[in-house]
Amino acid sequence: MNRAHALLALLVACLAALPLVANSYVLSVATLILFFAFAGQAWNVMMGFAGQLSLGHSLYVGVGAYAAAGLYFHYGLGAWAGIWLAIALCVLLGAAIGFLAFRFGISGVYFALLTIAFAEFTRIGFDHIDWLGGPGGLFIKVEHRVGWDLVNLRGAPAMFYYVMLALTAAAFALCAGLLRSRAGYYWQAIRENEEAAQALGINTFRWKMLAVVISAAMTAVAGVFFAFYYNNLFPEQIFHISRSIEIILGPIIGGLGTLFGPILGAAVLTVLADGITELLAALGWEFPGVKQVFYGIVLLAVIMFLPHGIWPALARKLGVGR
Amino acid sequence: MDPVNVINLVLAGVLTGLVYGLMALGLSVIFGVVRVVNFAHGEMMTIAMYAAVVLFATLGLDPFLAVLPVAAVFFALGYALQAGLINPFITRPEHSQFMLLVAVALIMVNALLIAFGPSARSVQLDYLLESIEVGPLLLDRGKVLAALVALATSALLFAFFKLTRTGKAIRACADNYLGAKVVGLDVKHLYALTFGLGSACVAVAGCMMVLLVDVTPVLGPAYTLLAFVIVIVGGLGSMTGALLGGVLIGVSEALAGLFITPSAKSMFSFGLLILVLLLRPQGLLGKKT
Repeated sequence: MNRAHALLALLVACLAALPLVANSYVLSVATLILFFAFAGQAWNVMMGFAGQLSLGHSLYVGVGAYAAAGLYFHYGLGAWAGIWLAIALCVLLGAAIGFLAFRFGISGVYFALLTIAFAEFTRIGFDHIDWLGGPGGLFIKVEHRVGWDLVNLRGAPAMFYYVMLALTAAAFALCAGLLRSRAGYYWQAIRENEEAAQALGINTFRWKMLAVVISAAMTAVAGVFFAFYYNNLFPEQIFHISRSIEIILGPIIGGLGTLFGPILGAAVLTVLADGITELLAALGWEFPGVKQVFYGIVLLAVIMFLPHGIWPALARKLGVGR
Repeated sequence: MDPVNVINLVLAGVLTGLVYGLMALGLSVIFGVVRVVNFAHGEMMTIAMYAAVVLFATLGLDPFLAVLPVAAVFFALGYALQAGLINPFITRPEHSQFMLLVAVALIMVNALLIAFGPSARSVQLDYLLESIEVGPLLLDRGKVLAALVALATSALLFAFFKLTRTGKAIRACADNYLGAKVVGLDVKHLYALTFGLGSACVAVAGCMMVLLVDVTPVLGPAYTLLAFVIVIVGGLGSMTGALLGGVLIGVSEALAGLFITPSAKSMFSFGLLILVLLLRPQGLLGKKT
């Protein structure tokens, strides 16, 4: 066992023991960190591995969340059923968008804008679906906040924390596997130079499609979790472009294309946001917007001075590989 | 449905669309030359709108006069933004540039929120509500004047790029970055100049827009998206395309409000965007790359 594995094992052990010592506030922050780590990992498959910039991942979070929540709300079917519908719908959506974009040769900025357009289109569309609550939102009944009903994803905050921890660990393992697989190497070739990859005989269309589909499916799972954790969904919030940006900030700040980047980035950003809130409360500066201004300044500083993110710099200090 | 009413609505859409077009023109010029997508475009527009509102509230300055100082200040700010912040990012990957401007946009929109709060502000001028009658048609005087200013500003910008030496030099940078450097053009200065000009367009568009709608900080991100839609539909980098796209979106918003429901009007715009991206990704008037 090398140093990287030892550090990883230590991290997992600490995270697994957290609910034993943490109060409910710390636990909610930790759950949020894991949520963004997971969603960031999903986005990272598309952008970090295969180099396809999506600015519309809120689409998959939202469709996944609404699919599962709709089934539960109308037919009483729990998360165990909703998750499959969510994944199926998001895979179809991702495949449709990917097919249209890649077949028509849309890439770079244009691809990014296309993903925004699909997310915004869907956001406004959901405002007009009365079956799912429309702009007034969809609310899931909060039945019991104790106990562990994993099948229906109803239960105590600690259960949600462990579910998110398991999901994040699974996503990490999946991405580590993918990165070392044939697909991973093809993706990196496409990311670095698509024409060269094509010249070497890589079917770039097929592998880019695979990246989009995997990313969409993972993000759908994040959406299902979101629905059952927060119990309320509004098109204005869940499909909004700021949600997409929230998801991609973590991997970019942490280190694009790395395995730890999304996790580290999510932790840094979430703790920072909460720290700023606390600081502003202590100073008595709780005007709306102050927090986001600080957030923007920190973001600016990281992009300017750490262009490859925090993790590559930190990994060198710790003496572990990327 | 009265056909005269429909024509009135279409005309109002065209007039608003010209102001949209000027805003998008700024984005298109910046992208066409600097090759950076300005994600803070709508936020800059909103700042210009607030500047016009504040000048009107404190000095009683008519937005048609406020255009000049606001545009001058925006030109300087745009120049500084490009020279100080964006020029070092020119050789960085797209997503880096994108994050930089997202951060700038985040700071702008929330600074506005701190300064002015979330409630809507507007400029109240009596003569704006007068209508001009042309036969059976009725036109808002404010809209007509705003559209004329937008057209005049666009014409000035066209003339600058076609007729002046600096304009030619900027077009040279857009056509061939390396070639422009080789013949001794100060590319960084010209980039900053372009960003300044794009910002001045936004400033004029913003001053005109306060005559048409009330301003709130959340308009920023919405206008950024609107400007994207317009320039993609018209052709990213094409100047006439931006104006045409603006008019198309203005009219389609007006008609969507009439025939479907007003809340679905931007769904229509995004649908149009998706269609254009798929069928003619270079935009209606864009050149194939």
